[in-house]
Amino acid sequence: MSSEIAEKTIEVIANFKEIDKDTITLETKLKDLEMDSLDALNLVFELEEAFDIVIPDEQAFETDSVSDMVTGIETLLANKEKEAGGEEE
Amino acid sequence: MSHRRVVVTGLGVVCAIGTDLETFERNVFEGKSGIAPIESIDISKMRFKNAAEVKGFDSPEHFDKQQLAILKRFSQFAVAASRQAIQASGIEWNDQVAKERTAIVTATGAGGLTDLDDQYENLYRFNKTRTPPMVVPQSMPNSAASFISMETGVCGPTYTVSTACSSSNHAIGMAFHSIRSGTVDAAITGGSEMPISYTNLKAWEALRVVSTDTCRPFSRDRTGMILGEGGAVLVLEELESAKARGAEIFAEISGFGMTADAHHVTMPSLDGPVRAIRNALADAKVAPERVGYVNAHGTATTANDSMESKAINEVFGEHSANVAVSSTKSMHGHTLGAAGAIEAVATVLALHRGILPPTANFNEPDPECDIDVIKNEARETAVEAAVSNSFAFGGLNAVLVFKRYEG
Repeated sequence: MSSEIAEKTIEVIANFKEIDKDTITLETKLKDLEMDSLDALNLVFELEEAFDIVIPDEQAFETDSVSDMVTGIETLLANKEKEAGGEEE
Repeated sequence: MSHRRVVVTGLGVVCAIGTDLETFERNVFEGKSGIAPIESIDISKMRFKNAAEVKGFDSPEHFDKQQLAILKRFSQFAVAASRQAIQASGIEWNDQVAKERTAIVTATGAGGLTDLDDQYENLYRFNKTRTPPMVVPQSMPNSAASFISMETGVCGPTYTVSTACSSSNHAIGMAFHSIRSGTVDAAITGGSEMPISYTNLKAWEALRVVSTDTCRPFSRDRTGMILGEGGAVLVLEELESAKARGAEIFAEISGFGMTADAHHVTMPSLDGPVRAIRNALADAKVAPERVGYVNAHGTATTANDSMESKAINEVFGEHSANVAVSSTKSMHGHTLGAAGAIEAVATVLALHRGILPPTANFNEPDPECDIDVIKNEARETAVEAAVSNSFAFGGLNAVLVFKRYEG
């Protein structure tokens, strides 16, 4: 797991929830962050903006913890790089 | 005045499954869906690709150049539908039905907001320094109501209601109450919407409630709503006045109930819809046991359909087994501010014809939606009373009750 992506994810969540980023770890569960469905929707938007990725609907609300989120974002970033590489060929 | 009754004497509709009443009627009972890939704008950067667009509606066929200068597409749908409804009703304003005692109440969710993309692009992107002079009157939500009054000379209470997806039911309900209370004797009422603009589609995409598949209300494999465009208009009249001029009566409109959830902007509550349906039935003085059909809000989102099923079961109790339910949004899409009006047309036709329209695209029952869904094929059942639900974002609920008219 990339520490850079993890750090950035935690920072986005901390800014969004207006809480200290030291209170969030990879093990933090999303339900512990007291997010309702609208919060989740807005957080997904913030993460898409921060990483310049598209998070598909079916993936958007299936994460349970911060570590799930980071894994999902890593996969999406890798796919994006592969597609960009493919276009150049 | 409390004994005054109100009837529907004219219907008009423009939507994805018909730009005239006859075509709409045929398709809605055949379960034919108008949902297809979006053609009117570039969707290459959209995640969802389908909508219920109005095809074969040629604006210059309906309006001259001067009229088109002040009527954007959302208004054109309402005006075209009003012409159909007025013609079908045969209403003529005279000493018996006065123009001063006729109301016009229209509805739209977004009005002309969705038509502003071109103006923004011209100003911000192409650095143009002016817009055409008619943008303000074109975009105002009451544009259609004002045009209908100018075209017909009707000059009683005239206004426009905007409550997102409940707009049309609020408009029709207010028009109905105005006639029943004796404020007016007739009304031209309905709603229209044109949601197919890039900005608006992107905004809906961000809400993550639009299906990349199609609209499958109450089906276990449903994946969200499908946006639709269109409009519908009803002519309502006080019963004795309609009878006196020998009008054909399609159905009686007998109840209207409205509530707010006071809960959450997008998550529906159970309490708000339940109270709205109960209020509408009480307003109609119709016992729940007399209702045989519900034209559901039925958006095909996970949240709405399970909530609405529970609301129906709570209101009708054991009688729920005898209440057939369909969502015609499976065919004409979710037309937002026009939804209640198009669905009122479907409900009135169902009562008039003794046939209940189906829920198209239905695949498999969902235990979360434990109601009698009319699956894919219309049912020949003459029912006495029908309920038509609209529940809006912002938690605003509006429900109408119609009754079969039997002389």
